[in-house]
Amino acid sequence: MCSYIVEKAALVGSAKGRKGWMRIDTANVYFDHPYYSTLDHVLAIDFTNEGEGGRDRVAIELSADSARALVERIQAALASGEAAHAAPITVGADSKQSRAG
Amino acid sequence: MSYYQGLQAETLTIRGHNGDQGEAYYARPTRAEKFPGVVVVHHLPGWDEWIMEVVRKFAHHGYAAISPHLYFREGTDSPDDIGARVRSAGGVADAQVVGDVAGGMAFLRAQPNSNGKIGLIGFCSGGRHAYLAACSLSGVDAVVDCWGGNVIVDNPKDLNAKRPVAPIDLTEKLNSPLLGVFGNDDANPTADQVNRTEAVLKKLGKNYEFHRYDGAGHAFFNTTRDAYRPEQAVDGWRKVFDFYGRYLAASAANVAAE
Repeated sequence: MCSYIVEKAALVGSAKGRKGWMRIDTANVYFDHPYYSTLDHVLAIDFTNEGEGGRDRVAIELSADSARALVERIQAALASGEAAHAAPITVGADSKQSRAG
Repeated sequence: MSYYQGLQAETLTIRGHNGDQGEAYYARPTRAEKFPGVVVVHHLPGWDEWIMEVVRKFAHHGYAAISPHLYFREGTDSPDDIGARVRSAGGVADAQVVGDVAGGMAFLRAQPNSNGKIGLIGFCSGGRHAYLAACSLSGVDAVVDCWGGNVIVDNPKDLNAKRPVAPIDLTEKLNSPLLGVFGNDDANPTADQVNRTEAVLKKLGKNYEFHRYDGAGHAFFNTTRDAYRPEQAVDGWRKVFDFYGRYLAASAANVAAE
């Protein structure tokens, strides 16, 4: 049975959809029956810009396990990325780590 | 005459709740006879391809069937995008859905091929809507609830402006035969909730029959899902066509349920 339960996350970001890049301000997150996937239930996220009416979205449907793994990888990427960007730039032959951009 | 008869399917515009005009998918046999009508109520994710297959399946079995797009007020772009917007807004109001189902019924009755009988069927949230509509509208001759959850509402917080009443509390107004099809592994409705719904129907002396399937959960008719259970689904479809055959006086060809 479909649950109607939707978690809303306010976002600052952008996403690429069928009309190209767009700014997004919301992620609607729910665990329910999918539209496209063959799984019984999926963790679905709709990235939208509700400030502009929310008519366009970038949608994903993930298995529960892969969604949890994704959460971990997001946390890991943030941790390692923020650490790398905060670290002093090392230059020279002994450098083990560098950053770009 | 060929064993398998032709059918015609199309999207068209019907009037729904408050006279609003919106899309519906309509299929019927092409032979010149009278047919019972069936309104097919889609599930929350939206007006999807599997529901169109169900509509055509009914036409194949000798019914004129229509599935109103319950989210048509959101526009005409992709039904999955529209479904996502409706979900984000908390779904559609029960009263509006009942009005749209009534619009589908009126369309079917107005067709020259109508035998005057109308059945309802819904899946998932549509099963709940079908139950609700059968308790709210006159002129329903038979209703099929396929695993509709939240017919019983255990948490009052689940009632709100869009869904103000638990359908079970309207059961006294049910005046058509009801067929219920459920998977015993379903989490909503649970086997216990199905038993409690049956107890209310029994207590009120309603004409009903429930079929429960082991080894099946939610949406086990749905061929696009891992939930599909062919053995249980084939038997379940036979139960549906037998039920409609008895109450809608189908002139349907005796095509084996598939």
